[in-house]
Amino acid sequence: MGPQSLSRRKREETRTAHDEGVTAPPSAAAPPRGDRPVVDPAPAGSTARRLDPRRLAALGFLLPLLAYLVAFYAYPLWRNIDMSLHDYNLAAFVQGNAQFVALDNFRAVLSDPTFRPALVNTVLFTVGSIAVQFTLGLALAVFFRRTFPLSAPLRAMFLVPWLLPLIVSGSTWSWMLNSDNGVVNSAMQAVGLDGVNWLTSPGTALLSVTIANIWLGVPFNLVILFAGLQNIPDELYEAAELDGASSWQQFRSITFPLLKPVSAITLLLGLIYTLKVVDIIWIMTRGGPGDSSTTFATWSYREAFGTGLPEFSPAAAVGNLLILVALVAGFVYIRLQRRREHA
Amino acid sequence: MNGSWTRGRRTAIALAVATLATGGLAACGGGDDGSSAAGGSGGTYTWWDPYPQHAADSDWAQRVERCGEQAGVKIKRTAYDTTQLTNQALLAGQQGEAPDVILLDNPAVSTLAESGMLATTEQFGLDTSDVDPNLLAAGDLDDESYGIPIGANTLALYYNKAVLDAAGVDPAGITSWATLTDALEKIKAEGNQGITFSAIGTEEGSFQYLPWFWGSGAELTDLDSPEAVASLELWKGWLDDGLAPNSVINNSQNTVWEQFLTGDFGFAENGTWQVNSAADADFETGIIQIPAEAGGAAPAPTGGEFAVVPVQQDTQRYDTTTKIVECMTTAEGFVETANTFAYYIPPTEAGQKELLAEKPDLEVWVDAVREARGRTSDNLGTDYPKISEPLWTAVQQALSGSASPQEALQTAQKAADQATG
Repeated sequence: MGPQSLSRRKREETRTAHDEGVTAPPSAAAPPRGDRPVVDPAPAGSTARRLDPRRLAALGFLLPLLAYLVAFYAYPLWRNIDMSLHDYNLAAFVQGNAQFVALDNFRAVLSDPTFRPALVNTVLFTVGSIAVQFTLGLALAVFFRRTFPLSAPLRAMFLVPWLLPLIVSGSTWSWMLNSDNGVVNSAMQAVGLDGVNWLTSPGTALLSVTIANIWLGVPFNLVILFAGLQNIPDELYEAAELDGASSWQQFRSITFPLLKPVSAITLLLGLIYTLKVVDIIWIMTRGGPGDSSTTFATWSYREAFGTGLPEFSPAAAVGNLLILVALVAGFVYIRLQRRREHA
Repeated sequence: MNGSWTRGRRTAIALAVATLATGGLAACGGGDDGSSAAGGSGGTYTWWDPYPQHAADSDWAQRVERCGEQAGVKIKRTAYDTTQLTNQALLAGQQGEAPDVILLDNPAVSTLAESGMLATTEQFGLDTSDVDPNLLAAGDLDDESYGIPIGANTLALYYNKAVLDAAGVDPAGITSWATLTDALEKIKAEGNQGITFSAIGTEEGSFQYLPWFWGSGAELTDLDSPEAVASLELWKGWLDDGLAPNSVINNSQNTVWEQFLTGDFGFAENGTWQVNSAADADFETGIIQIPAEAGGAAPAPTGGEFAVVPVQQDTQRYDTTTKIVECMTTAEGFVETANTFAYYIPPTEAGQKELLAEKPDLEVWVDAVREARGRTSDNLGTDYPKISEPLWTAVQQALSGSASPQEALQTAQKAADQATG
């Protein structure tokens, strides 16, 4: 009883905040001056601005973060681009005199026989994972919106895949799907079906790693979408119910449209997380058999670390292609977001 | 409105905190630089090896320490995981902070040598004339020699005596592919599993496939020769006929061993490093050499680490480094290494004799090591990894049924041609 009433109160609070935001017209968004005089000081000439101790303090606080961002994000990103534009063979890597080759690495990657299967696999893996993860996550979130006995522990159980180290879940999946001793095949044989060579046949390897990845990704979708559902006011549903809307109509006309912003960010994050998945595929199939479960991410990893001969430049080129895809998706998201705000 | 005094003080505190934070970061960076600098003065020599399982108080660590003492210096030993070691070494080479000695997995020797960060044995003055040439060859690149094996291991077939007895198979009679396949069929007829091996899509897969590949007479420079196709058809046939499990496509060598230890398998392809585990198994085991197609033993690839010496600015260090390496590579040193690790065969005749005097049952392994071939030998050097990747891909494609052995190997040869230029 206690936590329930608490969460209801919280919901009410967010609702009032939400309502305020809605009633305030966009033109009034700029706060009245008197409220925060220091954040936006009167433009009193550049020298005065530089000497403002508050500004210095802000800068002082900002510096560690900036240093961190530069050291751990900007520099590696720049290094990656730099590597993909040079020919870092081994000697060049050690001696630091790599030749500038412009887009040769990208050309080599594009004409590599692995490129086509890797592209197709990346698309199938990413789209398949996200679509199913999102659908399952949404279904579960809607399901758990209603509180019922044991709903909280049940919801917590769904987070378990998130808590396990990837090496554990990856190895477990690969044991379960083992052709000869796997529990999945044993179960299938027990009911009279033929076993499937899940991880060792080119037709099912990608499917198998996608299934494992979906299982891993559902909790993330569940948590974010569930949080999004908490922000949809209850009375909308109550009103809809009074109007005689079925649950499906309620879902289509209330849940889905009001959940759109949260869904968009979930899908974007899901895309980025899925594009970069290496570990689960590497643990389960090494991208094989052949190239049949190789994605761009595992390909890049294989080029750099998976063979006896590290090829950093092509690996960096593949990595940059991935970053590019994620970047494009990010821009698309921002555009959609803007359009919604303007509308 | 607050008084300006409070605001000023708050600013000062904030500034102090921020400066401390950045200063702390800088200090960390500085400390890091200092501690990771390899070598350094004061008679400390750095040593990297791929044996993290041997902790600082292990026999192996003490042995390394003693070799330093004999050379009159202190050795600082760092252990990395095998695959990580090559990358670490490359990074250290890039920073000009390479250690004095690295024990390196033999196919990686030519990789590091190609980067120009290794001294030749001639440069640092080590006599390697006693070492078996087939083992030494793995450390050759462009007619220069870049290290000395501290021991060697290779692959052979372990068998489960009970399973073979039940099927009426005499291991001594297995001398060719035909006799082996025949034995596998008999084992299968008794309800047991025939053979297991590793065909995983990594270097391990190529490593395990090579004895069959070479045993057919095929060469790494010609991946789609009829001999090569025959060897892949042998594996494929075993899978199709149920003589080997389908899971070999994803098996690592460790998994192969785990499968063998279940006691259900007649044979398992595995390395010298399982000798102790085989002795501890719940059933009686034995070893035969991997047969060649037409009979006799097939050459198996050599495994094992080389001692290599990265180039140092201060070439005076080489004298002491050589003393340290020599301590590991005398006949007694080799035998001691063999006993410490239990999976190394000395790479010199004198060492092998001494080891056999102590442990006569290792004879099959000594023979196998003598027949063994370096993967990077025949002047393949850094071309080997470029050939090995298409090769393991071909094995995977053929075994998983996405291409016939012939097609898969033709694709592999094309890819290898493209990669090696």
